[in-house]
This record gives sequence, structure tokens and C-alpha cells, in this order.
Amino acid sequence: MKIVVCVNHVPDTATRVNISSNQKTIDSRGVTYVVNPYDEFAIEEALKTKEAIGDEVFAISLGNEANKETLRKVLAMGVDEAILLKTDDNLDSLSVAKALAVEIKNQNAELVFMGKQSVDYDNAVMGQLVAAILGYNIVSTATSFNLSGNKIVAEREIEGGKETIETTIPAIITAQKGLNEPRYASLKGIMAAKKKVIEEKTVQSTGNFVNVIEMQKPPKKAAGKIVGVDASAVPELVRLLKEEAKVI
Amino acid sequence: MANKFLIYVEQRDGNIKKSSFEALKKGSDLAKTMNAEIEAVVIGNEVNNLENIGGYGVNKITHLKNAELANYSVSAYCELFVKFAEESDANYILLANTSMGKDLAPALAIKLNCALVVDCTAIEIQNGNLIATKPVYAGKAITVVETNTPKSIFTLRPNVFTLGQATQDKAEVTVKNIDSVNLSNKVIKVTKAEGKLDVAEANIIVSGGRGLKAAENFEMIEELAAQLGAATGASRAAVDAGWRPHSDQVGQTGKTVSPNLYIAVGISGAIQHLAGMQSSKFIVAINKDKDAPIFSVADYGIAGDAFEVVPALIEELKK
Repeated sequence: MKIVVCVNHVPDTATRVNISSNQKTIDSRGVTYVVNPYDEFAIEEALKTKEAIGDEVFAISLGNEANKETLRKVLAMGVDEAILLKTDDNLDSLSVAKALAVEIKNQNAELVFMGKQSVDYDNAVMGQLVAAILGYNIVSTATSFNLSGNKIVAEREIEGGKETIETTIPAIITAQKGLNEPRYASLKGIMAAKKKVIEEKTVQSTGNFVNVIEMQKPPKKAAGKIVGVDASAVPELVRLLKEEAKVI
Repeated sequence: MANKFLIYVEQRDGNIKKSSFEALKKGSDLAKTMNAEIEAVVIGNEVNNLENIGGYGVNKITHLKNAELANYSVSAYCELFVKFAEESDANYILLANTSMGKDLAPALAIKLNCALVVDCTAIEIQNGNLIATKPVYAGKAITVVETNTPKSIFTLRPNVFTLGQATQDKAEVTVKNIDSVNLSNKVIKVTKAEGKLDVAEANIIVSGGRGLKAAENFEMIEELAAQLGAATGASRAAVDAGWRPHSDQVGQTGKTVSPNLYIAVGISGAIQHLAGMQSSKFIVAINKDKDAPIFSVADYGIAGDAFEVVPALIEELKK
């Protein structure tokens, strides 16, 4: 059974965001890009599953030439093949989902892993969208995953607890932090990844349904007041919370 | 085409979620301004007090009912919700941006081949269309977006849209019994963290960070939270140290929250953390280091030792 893992190339979470002059995207100058943190859990789970049941893991990333950097890192972790769905357009979630679904179908993959969200646009719906297109089962925000034969038993995080789910392949699993401990690339892996060919396929925008009118920085909070430097300030703090802020 | 709104009402354990009341209220306010029709749908087995949604301006709800629907199942719920939304033919569909809403909304977006805007923090009417505000990069930037399809789906971030006082109006509830449900994805067990409020849904959050030095010191955070009826949160440092579960993490690789009150204890305020909590309505910081970045977003700060300040705060609140 072929396994696909979808990976995204995103600004590091330590990035200070500046808005580009087009007022629609961030200014990418000086920004360090990394493998989307949640995708690392997806990669690890894909590799663990491969080690248990055999066959190959394909990584797919949609984006521009720069995404190859992320795909190299993924190959170094032990993924067998990598495909770049290349586009310079800014695609909305639905357009990305449609392109990913086409390629997953091409690969004939019955088990797909991806991070539960990308830390750029934070939509947290990509796995669900692709699953709906392909008619696959979905477990989103998974914190555990077990496969035996065709049967999946997984846990997913919900508000204030978790659900244990039983389903079957074909399925898409979106990874939450805590699913596993992602491995580091070995030196051997890094060397091998350098020699691998990243297959490229061009993807064109089919037209976005959601358009960004503008991107702004959030309103800056005015710095508040330091009420005191020790426990003696507590009564005043409580008074402020009750009478001024009226939040307790 | 006349506008029509459909609001998805989410129940867990037979109770309507507060975030769904927020979606109902926002939807009914928008529908009123646009002079549009509005209706709601709920999926479940026994659901309490459905008629009360009338208090938030929606006077018509359909209850899709079956004993097998007591627990959420993504396959069963999606199938029923998508079918209902198609028949309803509403052009604006609103859901709360919860773990359930994030499963249902995309399934519908694919079926209707329409726009989906998730995690909205504001929705306004401009020239007869809905314009949504959606934070990105965990709140380090904010986008204003428009949709260009005949139908659009919006999910609303919990705790952002104000509820106001409910009126005494009651909604008309239509129960539709469902014969068979698709359980290709079946929840076999729901495990609840004991008596725990989720940070994404709480009005008040008390969070601890590296400054607490050890897992056992979170006892005072829990005690303070209990005193305030608050949820407990944590910084990434505290989660990575293994002191707290990841479900408590606030920030860019955790949860983005907007409670009325956020109390940060022993948290210096790394940019990933600030991004996730700076839209809180009031922020209190307790930290030894008076130069810590957390004070730049705090409304009130005590630049002192958390181990002295927090116990004093608990005592003061007990008075």
C-alpha cells in the first residue's frame, strides 16, 4: 500500500511578520522557511507505518521552487520519493485541495498523512477537504494511530478531551502534536536525499473562491500599567480587574 | 436571489455549545440587516432546550435524530449536514469553528463547490455581500476576505462574537427521524479530561510558563483557575518540558485564544506565545523580569515573584 504525506513550506514560528507592499501577503524577505511543524508528525507516522507494513512513502508539496528545500529535508528523514506541484500563483485552500487530490489519485495512495494545519494560514481544513473530494475516511487532529489490515483505530483531540475512532482505509489522517516524536534526518539520509530527483508537475490556479482584500498587522496593544513589584500589589490588581476591566 | 442563512447548531452530550449560540446570534443579526430568511439544523439524539435558540433570533430549527447520532461521527454527521444544506438552499452557512465545525464545513464546501472561510473573528456586510476578517500566522497578521461563489460557508472563532442577553422567544423545533446513518467512521469512546475547561472555549485562562520551574508548581495555577472558573493554559516551554499536555498549549503551535481575561504567570512572552493570546480582551502578566516582552501586551502587570504573587492572589479572590 502506497502512503502519501503532504508537506508545506512555511515561515518559522519565530518569524516577525511584516506585510508586503501589495497589502495582501507577508513580506517574505529575510524570513526563514521550515517544514510545517505539524507535518513533521505526519512524516514520522508515515515512515513508522511504512516500516511496519512495507511499500513506499511519497511526499507531495504544492508551492514554488523554494518548496524543494522542504522536500529535501523530508527525503532526508527517509521518505522515498518527492513530488513538487509547482505554481507561482497564490491558491486558496479549495484550489490546493483539488490539486493534492488529483496527485493522490495519480499515486493510487490509500493512506495519506498531513499536518492538522499549516502555521501560515491556519485554516486546519486541508485534510478534510481532500478527504471529501476523494471520498476517503478522515481522522483530523489525530493524537494516536493504529493500523491493522484495513482497519484504523485512532484518537483525535476534541474540546476538553479526546475521541477514539474506528474506521478503514482509504483514509486521511491529520497529525496533531503528540502523535509521535519526529525523527531527525541521519547523515546518510541527508547524503542520499541530495542525489534524489524531485519530480515536478505544473499546477495552474483554477480560480480562487476566496480573495484577500487586504492583509494588515493586528492593532497594537497599548502597554498597560505595572501595578506593583510584589504580593502587596495584589489587592490593587483585583480591584482593577473588578472595577476597571470588569472581567471578574 | 433572496438571501438565506443556515446555522449549524452543535451539541455534545445533548447540550448546545455556547459557540453555536454565538453563531446563531451573529447569523440572525446579519439576516435581520439583509432582510434574509434564517433557519438552523442540529444533529444528535436527545438534545436539550432546542427551542431556546429562539432567544438568539432564530425561530426555526430542524433536529435530525437517531439514537446512533448521540456521539459525533464525521461520516454520519457530514452526510446528513451536507444533504440538509443542499435542500435548505441557503447561500450563507455559518458554523462554530470547533473540532466538529472544522470537519463539517470542508465536506460541505466540496459538495457545493463553494467558498469556505474558517476561523472568522468578524463578519460584516459590504455592498450586500459578506466580508470576513480572518487572522493568519496565529494572529501576527489579519486578512480581510471576500468570496465570489453563489454560496459561502463561514466558521466563527469561539468566544469572539458577543452573545448579549437572550430574549424569551422560542423556536419551532421540527424533529426528523433518520432511518439509517453512515458509521464508516465511528466514535467508540469519548474520554473527557476530568472537570477540565478547554482553553479554546474559556472566558478566563490562567497560563503558566517556564518561570514555574516544575510540573508540580502548576498546582497553584490550577488553584487560581478553579477560583476564577478559568481554564488552565501553558506556554510551549512548559509543554515541551513535559509539565503540561499539548492540549493546554497557547500560541502558534498550540491554540489561538481570545478570552475576556488572560493571566500569564511566569511566561516571558516569546513571539509564538504572544501571537496566540494577544487578542484577549484583558491581559494580566505576573513575571519576575520587568523587561519581559509579555508586559508589552499586558493591561496590568506585577513584576514580581510568581511564587509569592499567585498564592496572595488566590487568597485575595477568596475574600
